[in-house]
Amino acid sequence: MIRSTHLPLLITLATFVLAYALCASAYPAMLSLRVVANLLTDNAFLGIAAVGMTFVILSGGIDLSIGSVIAFTGVFLAVILRETSMHPLAAFALVLLLTTAFGTAMGATIHYLEMPPFIVTLAGMFLARGAAYVLSTESVPITHEFYDTLQGLYWKVDGARFRLIGGLMVLTFIVGALVAHRTRFGQNVYALGGGEQAAKLMGVPVARTTIGIYAVSGGLAGLSGIVFSLYTSAGYSLATVGVELDAIAAVVIGGTLLTGGYGFVAGTFFGILIMGLIQTYIVFDGTLSSWWTKIVIGSLLFAFILLQKGLTWAAKKRAAQARMRTATGSAALS
Amino acid sequence: MTDTHTPDAPVLHARGISKFFPGTIALDDVELRLMPGEVHALLGENGAGKSTLIKCLTGAYRRDAGTLLMDGQEIHPVSTADSQRLGIGTVYQEVNLLPNLTVAENLFLGRQPMRGGFIARRRMNEEARAVLAGYGLRIDPAEPLTAYSVAIQQVIAIARAVEMSGKVLILDEPTASLDHDEVQLLFDVIRQVKARGLAVVFITHFLDQVFAISDRATVLRNGRVVGECLLAEMTQRDVVTMMLGRQLEARTKARDVGPAGKTLVEIDDLGKRGMMAPFSLNIREGEVVGLAGLLGSGRTETANLIFGVEPADQGRIALRGQDISIKNPRDAVAHRFALCPEDRKIDGIVGDLSVRDNIILALQARQGWMRPIPRAKVEEIARSYVRALDIRLASLDMPIRLLSGGNQQKALLARWLATNPAFLILDEPTRGIDVGAHAEIITLIEQLRADGMALLVASSELEELVAYSTRVVVLRDRQQVRELTGDQITPDNIINAIATEEVA
Repeated sequence: MIRSTHLPLLITLATFVLAYALCASAYPAMLSLRVVANLLTDNAFLGIAAVGMTFVILSGGIDLSIGSVIAFTGVFLAVILRETSMHPLAAFALVLLLTTAFGTAMGATIHYLEMPPFIVTLAGMFLARGAAYVLSTESVPITHEFYDTLQGLYWKVDGARFRLIGGLMVLTFIVGALVAHRTRFGQNVYALGGGEQAAKLMGVPVARTTIGIYAVSGGLAGLSGIVFSLYTSAGYSLATVGVELDAIAAVVIGGTLLTGGYGFVAGTFFGILIMGLIQTYIVFDGTLSSWWTKIVIGSLLFAFILLQKGLTWAAKKRAAQARMRTATGSAALS
Repeated sequence: MTDTHTPDAPVLHARGISKFFPGTIALDDVELRLMPGEVHALLGENGAGKSTLIKCLTGAYRRDAGTLLMDGQEIHPVSTADSQRLGIGTVYQEVNLLPNLTVAENLFLGRQPMRGGFIARRRMNEEARAVLAGYGLRIDPAEPLTAYSVAIQQVIAIARAVEMSGKVLILDEPTASLDHDEVQLLFDVIRQVKARGLAVVFITHFLDQVFAISDRATVLRNGRVVGECLLAEMTQRDVVTMMLGRQLEARTKARDVGPAGKTLVEIDDLGKRGMMAPFSLNIREGEVVGLAGLLGSGRTETANLIFGVEPADQGRIALRGQDISIKNPRDAVAHRFALCPEDRKIDGIVGDLSVRDNIILALQARQGWMRPIPRAKVEEIARSYVRALDIRLASLDMPIRLLSGGNQQKALLARWLATNPAFLILDEPTRGIDVGAHAEIITLIEQLRADGMALLVASSELEELVAYSTRVVVLRDRQQVRELTGDQITPDNIINAIATEEVA
């Protein structure tokens, strides 16, 4: 059964199908599995970060630190692997711990100091970017046989290579969707987005949930950083500037309401694919400037924001009509 | 459940509860006994201490003295979540559920049925359906909460509170935004909850509803318990007398009814569906019409409808025999109407603006921003009203929020008097101000009347209404029930009119 709250998700899905159909009609080669595999690989780091962003936005918050945390993670890994003999797996664990702690600290600041998430994560953005610069201002290449092993892992279907990082993104989305819709933590995230005061009165552990949300976002930004370092085989402090904005765009195009409370993790997945598709189209075309990606994404975002406004407005109007009906009904009875 | 209690043992017994706020005693040695399987009404006018008492019970406030016994055991709830766990559930007037979740999610938030670490959604929906069916609701729990009316949301909130807490259910003005049929639906649910052996606390301003559903009542006035009574042995009149604290001595005022001027404002069947039943009223120059009634009876609504704060959807207003249209306060001001609203902190003063700017605000607004009033003229107007109304202040430049309540009220009056209104509406002009300022404002009202202004004054202070009104209109459940004139205007008669059973 289709419910009104599912409508934005369905529209995202329809947009994706339509966009793919348009692309395929212009360039039939875009229907190939190789394109699909590349879509997953190229957008893996953004997708993973966007899962975290989905939780943050569902709760009515925002996390601007993501891009910087990804860059920091990359530089940190590159420097650690160059300077020490630490195994990459241990380094991964260490950096995940660091970024999760960073997110936890931001969440705690937001909750206990009652600061707006925008400001706190803006500070986090500068802090993480600064920390990356302190580690190294140069791009540091990563050369380690374990990296080669990981990069060499793929599942080959008809000449298309589905790489490890693409799979990791899909897995993150599946786990993210399960956590959002099937756990108490996920329900509490929606509850916070629906109204903090009511959530508190209903016994939602607001402190634990808020801190948890930013910890998840920080941790996933760390994971995204690991994936990005596997993707580029380097750590560079100037990389992934503005990725948080791409993630926000993917979340909104995925049908999540920016004010929180409504949305789906699966929607974000299709938001990522739509954005990736636009980029792929421009690559196929070859004559268009890559900046057209931004223009199309901008227009899409605008369209989706208008759509959200329209849906909210329609819902309000329906509620008002329902009230009128009960009012006239009782008037007729008396 | 009930067999664990002897009929005389209260489920919840609050004893000697006191709560102090800086400068006031909000609760003074209050006792409240809640029996299992009863509906207990908590009554009192605004400021009597009802909500403070509730907040002490639910842990939102820490009590300063007294004990709280649940089944004989002392409890110390520190938060609403804590009191929920202890067995005290609360449902507020504003539905405190989450509009973005489904009915079942709202019902089970925080205690969802789990399977293998994940929420068992299907089972949750089934259980929600079963629970709600127990309250007579056959709705789809997988639908979003907002798909249902406020009354149904209210029942869902009650179901959640009962399922989670299960001993005491506090209903804080649950019927305030419901219509007649919805109230009946809610009452059915309350009766079921009562039959389950819970103690239900019912707070409302609607006395009919109190008598329809409640077994006993505790009446508060000025932070003290006036009495606890079995409602079967009481009449509405007794209860109103307890709430307002008037001894019904016959007391009439020797009034000099001034020469009745010409009819100024004629109101004909003005009303708005769901807010105020249509009413008609004529007000002549040199006349003060008092609006009496309990809180929620429609006093403020009447004032707001006439002034266009809430646009009326039926009826007409005529000024000196000419039909006029008032769609918003601007129209009203243009016809030289003025309204001093009830809540001066929210609707009246602009706290950070100077006293001078606050006084000149309405006059400047009527002139339009294109034609600023010259500075010297502003100064002159402000000074003359400060002198005339004896507003005590250090300087005209001080922000108005620093003034005392009475002086703020006088400054607000000055604001509207500066526009030289023909028709002045005052909503609770003496709420929350000290005795001295009180008397001054009453004198001022009489003076304005003598000068030929038409006034409509809504007040909950009966003595005060009796003192200055040439006529009193009594409201009840958002309807005009009586009009008293001349010697009929006594506190006794007003109370009778408020409390009389509606003759259907």
